[in-house]
Amino acid sequence: MSTASQPDFFDRVGSRMSALGAWIDARFPMTKMWKEHASEYYAPKNFNFWYYFGVLSLVVLVIQLVSGIFLTMNYKPSAEHAFASVEYIMRDVEWGWLIRYIHSTGASAFFVVVYLHMFRGLLYGSYKNPRELLWIFGMLIYLVLMAEAFMGYVLPWGNMSYWGAQVIVNLIGALPYVGGALVEWVRGDYFISDVTLNRFFALHVVALPLALIFLVVAHILALHEVGSNNPDGVDIKKLKGSNGHPVDGIPFHPYYTVKDLAGIVFFLILFSFVIFFAPEMGGYFLEHANFTKADPLVTPDNIAPVWYFTPFYAILRAVPHQVLGVFAMGLAVVALFLLPWLDRSKVKSVRYRGWLFKIPLFVFAANFLMLGYLGLQHPTPQLTMLSRVGTIIYFLFFILMPWYTSIDKTKPVPERVTYNAH
Amino acid sequence: MSAEAEGVDTGRRHFLVVATTTAGLVGVAATAVPFLASWRPSAKAKALGAPVEVDISKLDIGGLMKVEWRGQAIYVVKRTPEMLATLPLLKDSLRDADSKESEQPAYATNETRALKPEILVLIGVCTHLGCAPLDKFQPGDAELGADWKGGFYCPCHGSKFDLAGRVFKGVPAPSNLRIPPYSFASDSKLIVGADSGVA
Repeated sequence: MSTASQPDFFDRVGSRMSALGAWIDARFPMTKMWKEHASEYYAPKNFNFWYYFGVLSLVVLVIQLVSGIFLTMNYKPSAEHAFASVEYIMRDVEWGWLIRYIHSTGASAFFVVVYLHMFRGLLYGSYKNPRELLWIFGMLIYLVLMAEAFMGYVLPWGNMSYWGAQVIVNLIGALPYVGGALVEWVRGDYFISDVTLNRFFALHVVALPLALIFLVVAHILALHEVGSNNPDGVDIKKLKGSNGHPVDGIPFHPYYTVKDLAGIVFFLILFSFVIFFAPEMGGYFLEHANFTKADPLVTPDNIAPVWYFTPFYAILRAVPHQVLGVFAMGLAVVALFLLPWLDRSKVKSVRYRGWLFKIPLFVFAANFLMLGYLGLQHPTPQLTMLSRVGTIIYFLFFILMPWYTSIDKTKPVPERVTYNAH
Repeated sequence: MSAEAEGVDTGRRHFLVVATTTAGLVGVAATAVPFLASWRPSAKAKALGAPVEVDISKLDIGGLMKVEWRGQAIYVVKRTPEMLATLPLLKDSLRDADSKESEQPAYATNETRALKPEILVLIGVCTHLGCAPLDKFQPGDAELGADWKGGFYCPCHGSKFDLAGRVFKGVPAPSNLRIPPYSFASDSKLIVGADSGVA
């Protein structure tokens, strides 16, 4: 490797590069931002498996943005041409099938990683003081993501796209007094039509992605302002070393960038497996009824949303009254926003909480999965009964939270994070 | 140095801040109006949503025809006297027999839910989740049991309606099938989408 001239050459390139860096730094805070958010952002050293899903959400966002941009190049947002243009992408555009399957699988993957990321927040009390606003930004991301996914699902103009839009938009119509006028305003027509499809396209590819990017930046800025939580829920900023940095913290770069890269590679392997071998996922990622064109006069046998909405759909169907059902569904999402104020425990992490938190949390998670399953099924009286029980459990978790978290017997939280060096 | 010490008229400054902010907000609100209003049905959508004329002279007695109005299936049924005779018998098994909580024009808020008793005009969209109900006019239908007197059945979630589109008890649909505004231009010409006097 080492000839006499090489170090000299690299030295010269190196000094040119640092001169360029200094030139930029005098005009743009490049090095300052890099230090603040990467090389000198101190994250707790005890992150575990659950801490992959934040960065994975970011990876999926990029995947969706890139694959989405390329899909818009061949997709036509009109009731007449939309379905055929998706077929065209699948059959005639070179690698079009891959780009579309990346995008459709990405939608489901987004919710997988976001749900796990949110559950991590529940496990370790990441929404608690001082991270309330961080949590709110995260919940807003989740809300925008749901709107984004719903409108994206309408774009292929398959029959499930059409009837899904019909059912979901009609939910707005259930609102008292303003419902009817509001539905007409959202659709821009007297039924779900070309007009509706066109505006959903505009929202899906421009407005909502912009909102999403803005919220993600706000989410990360809020995170870096207060610092990352960790599986012990210990505030690492309390104990700083002689260099002024937390003794239990390590620079995000290179330690976590490298760790995250390993996680990303593993995720991409799973992601590719789905794209190549099970892009429809047995009708869960791409519903079979959506392979026929939208037909306003023929309803699919069972109108069910894609799996990531089904827990809330089960709640909607569980309530026998239509308007109250819509309110219950809305409240189910709003309740999550209120977590920072409902949880009265002084301890953040589940590791140092008692059974009065562990059991409700476990029941809540299992119940959420059960509601998700029920939302996919054809409602029989027995299953509807079960959905009602599930709905009550869902809300009891939140309603009773101030009570059980304040009387819960917590364990003492250590001064330092628990960490085994390997 | 505070603002007062510099000889700044803070009262005047405060007034100007409030006044300019208010003017700016009013401007933003006014500018939002055209954008928000652009979402309402366009002139083209309104024209396409105009009333439709339906020739019912060829509709068989006891038969059903489907026409499209505003993207929805409209069911037109010419009911037989036997079919009409079933309507008063069902009162107790219906959720909203008098159509008090259902959507229909005032002239169809009666037992037959129709302007002319023999002609039934319905929006063929289930009031539960928007599926298309099937016509099951044969009494004692094999699928619906011997007690069935004829009516509509939604295959999605099992909602049942009688021959006036009134919903039965114990099914998911909350209200009777909706009835659009309609009128008759002549005995054989039905106009869907407009009350009499409008079209």
